[in-house]
Amino acid sequence: MSSERTPTFGARDTDEGRRPSWAAILLTPSFWADWASAVGLIGLVILFGILQPVFLTPPNIQALLLASAILIVLSIGQTFVVMTAGIDLSLAASVMLGAIVLGMTNAAGWGIGTACIAALLVTSLIGFLNGLLITLGKIPDFVVTLGSLSAVTGLALILSGGEPIMVGSTFLLRLASGSIGIFGYPFLIAVAVAAISHVVLYHTRFGIHLMATGGQQESARSLGIHTGRIRVAAYTISGLCAGVTSILLVSRIGSAEPTINTNLLLNSVAAVVLGGVSLFGGRGSILGPLLGALMLTTLVNGLTLLSVSAFYQPLAVGFIVVLAALIMRYQK
Amino acid sequence: MIAPQSEAPPEAILSCSGLGKHFGPVRALTDVSFWAMPGEVTALIGDNGAGKSTLVRCLVGVHRPDEGKIRFDGRINPFSSPDEARKSGIETVHQNLALVDELTVAQNLYLNREIVRRIGPFNFLDRGAMNRGAHAMLLRLSINVPSVGQRVRRLSGGQRQAISICRAVGAGAKVVVMDEPTAALGVQETANVEALIRRLKEEKVSVILVSHNFDQVRRLSDQVWVMRAGRVVASVRSAETTGNQLVALVTGAN
Repeated sequence: MSSERTPTFGARDTDEGRRPSWAAILLTPSFWADWASAVGLIGLVILFGILQPVFLTPPNIQALLLASAILIVLSIGQTFVVMTAGIDLSLAASVMLGAIVLGMTNAAGWGIGTACIAALLVTSLIGFLNGLLITLGKIPDFVVTLGSLSAVTGLALILSGGEPIMVGSTFLLRLASGSIGIFGYPFLIAVAVAAISHVVLYHTRFGIHLMATGGQQESARSLGIHTGRIRVAAYTISGLCAGVTSILLVSRIGSAEPTINTNLLLNSVAAVVLGGVSLFGGRGSILGPLLGALMLTTLVNGLTLLSVSAFYQPLAVGFIVVLAALIMRYQK
Repeated sequence: MIAPQSEAPPEAILSCSGLGKHFGPVRALTDVSFWAMPGEVTALIGDNGAGKSTLVRCLVGVHRPDEGKIRFDGRINPFSSPDEARKSGIETVHQNLALVDELTVAQNLYLNREIVRRIGPFNFLDRGAMNRGAHAMLLRLSINVPSVGQRVRRLSGGQRQAISICRAVGAGAKVVVMDEPTAALGVQETANVEALIRRLKEEKVSVILVSHNFDQVRRLSDQVWVMRAGRVVASVRSAETTGNQLVALVTGAN
């Protein structure tokens, strides 16, 4: 291909390639698309900081980070699935079932550690079954997870009899209230989940194969990658994240509630979209959805501080998600 | 012109004899004998539906022939899957190239044979080693891409074809099978890919080239096999044939 050779070939020895100047980067639309969540987050922080001085005080920031932990973990679970070009609509239902299993196991006299593990196992199993139905059953992900959203909700209602289960555990209480500096334990757990996920996605063979599966499943398969297994694993990881979320949720409210938080599901998808993860799979990051979840939590927190009625919050979230999707069109 | 013999010479790297394959009532291959000599470019030509792709798919383990024997490296009927063929040294450059657009050049070159570094119980990708390896692979075949860290999405059709061929060779393939490698390319890019195939020959890699382009076949190959209606009808040295002869063989006109 000597005729295509450019004079710069060979002159550059780095493996990373050309690094354009910051000014050039800032002028490209794809930069804004890739970093929509970071830019949006900074914008919101500045806006709310000016409008309401209480917003930037350490106690409020601490409360905000604490409140964001649940959405961050769930969004990361959703990210794994969306990276394989799928979607997991059953996540919020899994969180609910996980919480009920945690509460019932604990109420049955088992230790809190056992109860937490039971919750993690049950939600992972749901993810695993979703994955099997989608890959072996060849049913579209949307249909399978919509079905399990309903089935799992029903299961949680039947198991609990519709009654909340009190979980009086000092371990969970300490988890919910403890902090290092302004960083509450739940937020630190969310950051740890994000860090582990980042390493799994970008520094392991599994991560590369996951992105290949999401990007071009046919190509991945013809190179001998077991794309079915990869997709099942993605749904299982998503279920595991739902389990972690359910533990954080129970520790936050002190009981296992038999109510499904559909807002949580929609916001997990919104955070993934805001985070620049392609819904067509194969492209994304962990930091993006983390910032997206933080941005959505900031939005709710700021609107509350400004005494805006809670009825306006879904409206604002909707606007921002669609706006982000518009910006994403410039993603290269 | 030599009539097709039925027995492959013992030094052939990949050969088959008496191969038959049918899909339901449709006979795709009938008593096909074919071989490729080491270090040569072996071309396979024929009209649409002549059985070229089916033959190639049998050779690389995608299809299991109903009759006959395949021999590779002294082993008989060696592969039951394309994965096994790859592991033994037969790489296929697919028509769709099997690249993942969102991954970088280096990630594509090392897809499913990533270099890992063991830290404790975990294996982590060794990106540095893969980037260096990718750089060396591209340099060896004089393939020019701006950077191994570039996403494949941004590359031209010819560059993508080159990356796909490079991956096949980089895996240490003894035989590279290419199905219409230049069908979707422009003039300049076709020339680039042809130059790359010549370089493979210099590197002593055996190439099986499926093509519709008779001029290209005569330019590149050492031996041409002609198929018609599921049978091998001729096998000639490329240097001893003309374009018109090839056309006559493919169409069956005398």
